[in-house]
Amino acid sequence: MSKKIITPVKEFEDLLTPDYKELIADGPYNSGPKTIDDLGSFREIIEPHPHCAGCGVSLGIRLGMASLPSPEDTIIIGTPGCSYFALTQSALNYSCTAFGNQNSVASGLKRMLKIRYPEKHKDVLVMVGDGGVADIGLDYTLHSWFRGENIATVMLDNEVYGNTGGQESGMTVEGAILNMAPTGKKFPKIPVFEIAKTSGCVYTAKVTVASPKKLGEAIRRAILIAREVGPTYVQVYSPCPTNLKFPPSQTLAIAKEGEKSYYKYEEYMTDEAKKYLSRINES
Amino acid sequence: MNTDTVSKQKTTSISAGEMLLKTARNRAFITGSEAVAEAVRRANVDMAIAYPITPQSESMHLIGDLYAQGHIKDYYRAENEFAVMAAIHGASLGGGRVFTATSGPGTLRAMEMFPVWAGSRQPIVCAFMCRGVALPPSIQPETIEIAFLLDTGMMIFHAENAQDYFDMILAGYAIAEQPEVHIPVGVFADGFFVTHTREVVMLPPDDLRLDAYNCDLAPIPPFDMEHAPIRMVRDPLLNKSNFVSYAASGGWHLEVLAAAERARKHINHYMGGLIEVENPDAKVMIVASGTAVSQSREAIRVMSQQGMTDVGLIKVKSIRPFPEKEIEQATAKASLILVPEFNAGGWLAREVKASIDNNKRVVAGPRVFGGASLPSEVIIGEIKKHQY
Repeated sequence: MSKKIITPVKEFEDLLTPDYKELIADGPYNSGPKTIDDLGSFREIIEPHPHCAGCGVSLGIRLGMASLPSPEDTIIIGTPGCSYFALTQSALNYSCTAFGNQNSVASGLKRMLKIRYPEKHKDVLVMVGDGGVADIGLDYTLHSWFRGENIATVMLDNEVYGNTGGQESGMTVEGAILNMAPTGKKFPKIPVFEIAKTSGCVYTAKVTVASPKKLGEAIRRAILIAREVGPTYVQVYSPCPTNLKFPPSQTLAIAKEGEKSYYKYEEYMTDEAKKYLSRINES
Repeated sequence: MNTDTVSKQKTTSISAGEMLLKTARNRAFITGSEAVAEAVRRANVDMAIAYPITPQSESMHLIGDLYAQGHIKDYYRAENEFAVMAAIHGASLGGGRVFTATSGPGTLRAMEMFPVWAGSRQPIVCAFMCRGVALPPSIQPETIEIAFLLDTGMMIFHAENAQDYFDMILAGYAIAEQPEVHIPVGVFADGFFVTHTREVVMLPPDDLRLDAYNCDLAPIPPFDMEHAPIRMVRDPLLNKSNFVSYAASGGWHLEVLAAAERARKHINHYMGGLIEVENPDAKVMIVASGTAVSQSREAIRVMSQQGMTDVGLIKVKSIRPFPEKEIEQATAKASLILVPEFNAGGWLAREVKASIDNNKRVVAGPRVFGGASLPSEVIIGEIKKHQY
């Protein structure tokens, strides 16, 4: 996308909000790659949003959005849930329609963009919560991987249905007492990360919001590799203070705890993905 | 007019008006499923997505062949109908022309996506080969699925035969893609009766195809980051409970409904009207859609031979938008209005009753379902019971 498209004609300039003006003057579009190291030095894609204090999901989204290799050619497909609140506040195309349909929508969209722009990389990024991937959308997620769709899928795993009021999800840890799990969850977290590796994903990473650089690098790699090699998956632990009942100031501490135990950093890529990555890094 | 080479065949693209209304046609002896594929061959479709279900499958096999021959740029079999309709939504967001088809239980499986298409103002054309839905289970011809789709915001056209099916799919693109319309259209035909019956269909030459879809004329910019970025979201932007979000959502709803209203003049232009009327001054009027029209026509022919000539026919081609005024006018002189249908619920009779004055004139039947056919004798019997 050319920045020209979002640049208003002179006559309308003064009608726009300061946020919009900053996005044009000092946003990420066509201004060279930005990473999370640049956070605070440019107008981000995300505007203020109504997430709860200490929200891990909103932090995951902010870090992810600062890591897009080419935001001017990125389209995000979401699904209903907490992630929606920040993603609708982004200056990118964003679709969030029926719950769980995200990888199907992304499949159709990516294919059509390949037809219409065969010479360009149009990055289609799925960014959704754990319920959207592991429960209601598992079928569609897996089939997009089986088919080898060129899309990157990011799960913001807060281990709960946050937006609907704190119900158990398939990614909730075993034993946790939540709404709809009044006596504790009866089965372990769904091993989506492991399933991804055997279902066609050529790159997978498991990170937490407590390690911003790793998170940013994982999302950047996932998007780049998805362009030419195949489907990719990043699972981001993004704890929820509101529903898991810990103080908002403790989100990073909880994520760090996770990193030491069941949410250890992991990265996997196929040889082909490795070669591709080193080729584009060299160039 | 552009020329292109598809599958080693030189093709010429022309407007829908030229294709549908001006081009000389040739006779073909084909099934309804083949008529669907012939329409798609000429529709310049960018992408089609399929999932098997009887009786729809054959048409999507043939469209797969069109892809293999190079007439369509992308095609795949998805994992279920909800996935198909979601992917079609995504493909349409990408700014191209798309096609898919389904039947009965597949329609219900995919249900959540149809209002999404309409709400996203997408000119998607989907063919529905109507059949029974569970329970009790039936794969036989039935039109009950139309009832479920009446208030999705989609336009609904109901084909009587393979010729209608061919014409309505192409007209569907022409109408749906009008900038002032730009909502999806479901083109329905009664499964088996239409899809699996071979009949004469008049086709324009197969080297003609519609001009490519131009997403720059769409009221909603495509999702390609070449146009100003927009968001297509389930909830209004501010979400939750406040007046602004209600107003945004409500206003958007009204605009979808208004778009269907604005389609009426285009339906008149490309399809020759929302209804067709035979014997408009008759005392008995049969109002029907789909293959019930053919059965009614046969009943009228038989009755006429028996000296009962005061029976007319209203063929309803557009169910959404519904031709309230046209039906009111065409039934003004009727003292008995019969609505034969292939479903248990009688949705067309309800629509007719809600559209006219003195609706006690309406007999909501005869209705058949579960696999029963609708012989003309049954229609004649119903008329005799009430009138002759």
